[in-house]
Amino acid sequence: MLTKKTIQKIDKELKKFPDDQKQSAIIAALQIIQTENGFLTNDLIAMAADYLDMPKIAAMEVATFYNMFELKPAGKYKISICTNISCALRDADDIVCHLKKKLKIDFNEVTKDKKFSLKESECMGACGGAPLMTVNNQKMYEYLTPQKVDQILEELDS
Amino acid sequence: MEKGRQNKAFEKKETFPICLRTSHLDDSASLKTYLDIGGYQQIQRILREKISPEKLIEEIKISGLRGRGGAGFPTGIKWSFIQNDSPGTKYIVCNSDEGEPGTFKDREIIKNNPHQIIEGMTIAAYIMGAQVGYNYIHGEIWEEYESFENALAEAKKANFLGKSICGFNFDFELFAFHGYGAYICGEETALIESIEGKKGQPRFKPPFPATYGIYGRPTNVNNTETYASIPWIIQNGGESFANIGVENSGGTKIFSVSGHVENPGNYEIPLGMPFNELLELAGGVWKGRTLKAVIPGGPSTPVLPASEIMKTTLDYDGLKNAGSSVGAGSLIVMDDTTCMVSTLKRLSYFFYEESCGQCTPCREGTGWVYRVIKRIVEGKGKPEDMELLQDVSQKISGRTICALGDAAAVPVLSFIKYFKSEFEYFIKNGKSMVAKTHD
Amino acid sequence: MVKVWWLKLMIKIKINGKDLEVKPKTSIIEVADQVGIDIPRFCYHKKLSVAANCRMCLVEVKNFAKPLPACATQVMEGMEIFTKSKFTKDTQKSVMEFLLINHPLDCPICDQGGECDLQDTAVAYGASKTRYTEEKRVVFDKNIGPLISTDLTRCIQCTRCVRFLKEVGGMAELGLVGRGEHAEISAYVDKSVESELSGNIIDLCPVGALTSKPFRYSARSWELVRRNTVSCHDSLGSNIEVHVKDNIIKRVIPKENESINECWISDRDRFSYQGLYHKDRINNPLKKVKNQWKEIDWEEAYELIKNKINTINTKKPNQLGILCSPQTTIEEGFLLKKISKQLNTTHIDHRLLEKSFSKNNNWLGCKIEEIESHDSILVVGSNLKNDQPLLAHRFRRFAMKNNSFSIITSYDDFNSTPCLGKIIVNPSTYLNYLLEILKEVQSVTKYKINSESIKNALKQIKVSKETKKISESLTRDKSKNAIFIGHQVLAQIEGDNIKIIAMHIAKAIGATFGVIPGYANSVGLSELNLSLDEVNTDEVINQKKESFIMINFDPYFDYHSPKKITKALKSAKFNIAISPFVSDSLKEFDIVLPMTPPTETSGTYMNMEKRLQSFAAVTPPHGKSRPGWKILRVLANFLELEDFSYDSSDEIKVEAIEEINKNYSHNIKDFENSKKNKIPQGLELISPIRAIDSDMIVRRASALHQNENIDQAFAYINPKTMLKENLIDDQKIKVSSEEAEITIKIKSDEKVSLNSILIFGKQLATASLGMNHKLKIKRSS
Repeated sequence: MLTKKTIQKIDKELKKFPDDQKQSAIIAALQIIQTENGFLTNDLIAMAADYLDMPKIAAMEVATFYNMFELKPAGKYKISICTNISCALRDADDIVCHLKKKLKIDFNEVTKDKKFSLKESECMGACGGAPLMTVNNQKMYEYLTPQKVDQILEELDS
Repeated sequence: MEKGRQNKAFEKKETFPICLRTSHLDDSASLKTYLDIGGYQQIQRILREKISPEKLIEEIKISGLRGRGGAGFPTGIKWSFIQNDSPGTKYIVCNSDEGEPGTFKDREIIKNNPHQIIEGMTIAAYIMGAQVGYNYIHGEIWEEYESFENALAEAKKANFLGKSICGFNFDFELFAFHGYGAYICGEETALIESIEGKKGQPRFKPPFPATYGIYGRPTNVNNTETYASIPWIIQNGGESFANIGVENSGGTKIFSVSGHVENPGNYEIPLGMPFNELLELAGGVWKGRTLKAVIPGGPSTPVLPASEIMKTTLDYDGLKNAGSSVGAGSLIVMDDTTCMVSTLKRLSYFFYEESCGQCTPCREGTGWVYRVIKRIVEGKGKPEDMELLQDVSQKISGRTICALGDAAAVPVLSFIKYFKSEFEYFIKNGKSMVAKTHD
Repeated sequence: MVKVWWLKLMIKIKINGKDLEVKPKTSIIEVADQVGIDIPRFCYHKKLSVAANCRMCLVEVKNFAKPLPACATQVMEGMEIFTKSKFTKDTQKSVMEFLLINHPLDCPICDQGGECDLQDTAVAYGASKTRYTEEKRVVFDKNIGPLISTDLTRCIQCTRCVRFLKEVGGMAELGLVGRGEHAEISAYVDKSVESELSGNIIDLCPVGALTSKPFRYSARSWELVRRNTVSCHDSLGSNIEVHVKDNIIKRVIPKENESINECWISDRDRFSYQGLYHKDRINNPLKKVKNQWKEIDWEEAYELIKNKINTINTKKPNQLGILCSPQTTIEEGFLLKKISKQLNTTHIDHRLLEKSFSKNNNWLGCKIEEIESHDSILVVGSNLKNDQPLLAHRFRRFAMKNNSFSIITSYDDFNSTPCLGKIIVNPSTYLNYLLEILKEVQSVTKYKINSESIKNALKQIKVSKETKKISESLTRDKSKNAIFIGHQVLAQIEGDNIKIIAMHIAKAIGATFGVIPGYANSVGLSELNLSLDEVNTDEVINQKKESFIMINFDPYFDYHSPKKITKALKSAKFNIAISPFVSDSLKEFDIVLPMTPPTETSGTYMNMEKRLQSFAAVTPPHGKSRPGWKILRVLANFLELEDFSYDSSDEIKVEAIEEINKNYSHNIKDFENSKKNKIPQGLELISPIRAIDSDMIVRRASALHQNENIDQAFAYINPKTMLKENLIDDQKIKVSSEEAEITIKIKSDEKVSLNSILIFGKQLATASLGMNHKLKIKRSS
């Protein structure tokens, strides 16, 4: 079941669209649900679809098309790091190596304690601050260095 | 963000901030700041004086403002496509789905000067007779999405949005909409599909959004920077704007400089500035190295080698004559340690990963191209691969619904054109010609 | 601003140098198809929305630097198109190359091999050698149900299946999940596709990604003989192409007929052929010996019947009852009528589910193709999607386009159809709603009603908001409207009253009035005037008989009251079944004559729009079974009846059509106000029939019934009714009708009308209840 809080948030999004176009809120609804749950299950996707009066398969299409949606369990902190050109030119690969070594996981894996997961990401549109990463799709960290990454991980871990 | 580092530009004389005119101020994004610099005066003046949409469009035409998202279509002309008095709901959409690698200008406008976007969109709504607007914001810049929501709330509270704006007989509702990780949604019809709650798959055109947009209603889609330029143009007149730039390239343009420079960041400069001056503003090539190549407008514009870009001015004609394009103004600077083969691999992966999968040539071709380059980088290249890569890219180009297919072909063709020997070396020797690879 | 509009009827274009005048707003591919110029395509389909994604139809157009998709590009004045130029060919060749790089080259083991668009196009446009040496994509197959087999590695993402289910099926059941090269066709988490038109995606799939599961690996396309015939299930009369190998039907596909089934068929039409080869099929006449069936030869069977029939005193009328299925051909019906006359019985009928028997206007009232030309449509009491799946599609398409489709029915199977008015209520209240509409319509049109009973009935009627809205759309100025009543209405005791009122409404507003008939030859047998006005099935059953002949139906399932028909059969002395199948339901019979199903006989059906469609046998008779008309002819000869020397079904057809052309006029009953005041006891039993249970053949088609537990049926009840009746989901209850008591599990279903129980008819577990009356609930622990 969708929680009351979730429904309130989805309802707020629904106000942005005409009454007969509830489907417009599906991206927002899935984002809200994912933020609460950490990732999307088939059931959660179906619930969102039902709530917005749209076919389940259409919600499934959306959930699998936009790649910030997680369809498998992610860590408590999902780290998405950009490896696209502007970040790559500023040694994002070193940061990736550092993260992998530090967390002892590869891309699309979750640490044993389920605290962290790592994802390779495409351009986030903040290349002036390269290299950069986001945590749980929301908080962005720029101008990364291995030292800064250590500091961030430590803060999150504590 | 480390303040100041992104915005060295306006401190110098050569820059001319219009869209970024609040960036240097404290509390830059607030309504108060915007009001202090004369914000929301233009929409009020328009409503008060009942300035006709035709007159405003004329002013925008004079300004020479061209779409800042990449295609460079003259804004004044575009806005005359939608009949102001046609019945039914019309939509104004701001495309802040900035996903072209190397582009980060819209983020800064949203972050520091959101009210100017709101005012620009409201003026656009007035001109085209639209009642509802959406700002579609790249999902990855969540903090900016939230701050834009705050700006909307402020504007609504102060009655710069909503019913009877500023007490005049004009309603306009504006909402923020976030993407969630799909480059293709930067394509305007994919973006419209996305707002309708669907996969972001571009629509075949015609019909264009101006006649068949969101929910099948007339819709105008423009880039963030385009809308943000409008209040200034209305305030100062089209001619003042045109005078800032050069012929055919009116006004200022934000260039996002990234890659191997000392001070990456956004630089809003008059169009027509020579590239070398901008490079200097950005602190020059980092670590005292030599310039190798620049992608001037994001990866969907052809790369230019140092020799070409250094003699080019940054405007629509200048870059066109050099064989590239302004694009979104995303200058990606590469120094002499850059391996062009592995850089191309990363870009090809990007297009492969971001292809929506709708059209056969793009869906199948981007994967093919990526796999061949990957194989070359793995040291398993074959001499015939070079020709194959070019041929496959040419066959993707021009055969798809949207421009992503064309864009995917651009880096392949331009990288091989200018750095052929590097590819040949890699294929022959199984390793890069330059010392460090960015693989 | 002054706008100048001018109408231009035709525009001039050139294709391959040839001048053409074409209608504006047509696409290049439509024009090319009209003039027979071949443009290759995969995603384009004339009946689906344009996706323009496969890019195979790209063609060169003068003054365009890029090739344009012929499917999505509309012709413009002066356009010059080149479909054979080098540029076009090169473009198409390159698209073909892209399509093939990830496509497995497994044509020899692919079921589509030999009839594959991709294979054919590759031969015409492809290169002989691949330049692609990288790894190929592999996609895991999905189980989307018992009818359609998936091999998704072969999929070329054309999305025809996705668009079909959404646009024609009315429910988005499949989608393309994932993105880019990873995109794949999928249902929501291995859910079966449920559309009653789902099989059409097999035909639509241009590759071997979606193939027929029942047909799979059973034959190669070139081994099949193709024969055309007419489907024997619903009253649309879909044209089908039957594929036969070694005298066995291997599969069925649509035969395009724009004015009937377009290019589609329902799953029932497509997969019912499996039922023909069910173990119940009989090869020889059967005689009951000590409660066991014993095979005998035809001679013996006829002799036996002759002896028994001759003991009946035919001087006394109606000693013999004859009931036949509404799938009986016109030829068979004609012979039955002739036999009945000579045996002095008028007790003959084909209306097995009906409880209302007025005989006038029992057809659609217009051409099938004309349905969508109306301005506003009202349908009353229909279970359209199950009764007439393809007709439902036409109504849906009408509704999508016009927003003036209204429905009054008891099960809301119309959630994908935009309805102007939708009243979901019990059948017993239909009459009231129609009276409301009549009252409202009458006040607008000043239509004069002479019938006192109707006038009296209208006095007590108050017009509600909902019916007012429907009335308004029916009385709009200059509009041409239609009112159709569904087969469900005729299965109600009040059916004739409902029909009378609906006809008055139609008359008042000058609308088309039609009945949506139930079965393949319901209209034909009606037009043949098989039974007299005074006679009907219920009377045939209720009056004691010496003997019954029942043709081509199962008395337990196909008549609305198993209890009554069993009682009638028991009381008769000698019962003859003429049927392709034998089962427990025939235990009250003394002899069964093996009759061929329609695929093994020649005959004629008259469909809902009164169109006669004749067909020939597509396979020879199974075993020693014989076509119905031959059985009846020989039987008549054995009984020494007069004038039965027909050599072919065609000879019978000629006489049958003469009979039809007599245009019998019927008594028009008056409205009877009496029944209306009966206060119903208990909850109303609604008995729609699923498409896959409608007749003996489909009930035996295995794939259509796979994953079904035949012992279990459900009672669907509106959650509000459940609350009121203090019931909970999944609870087992006892329900009793005047016929039987059964135990059944409840499912809550918002689509069911209030104060009713919906139990699908013609199901093994529930048929004993009978259909469309009242039920009482007893809770069980």
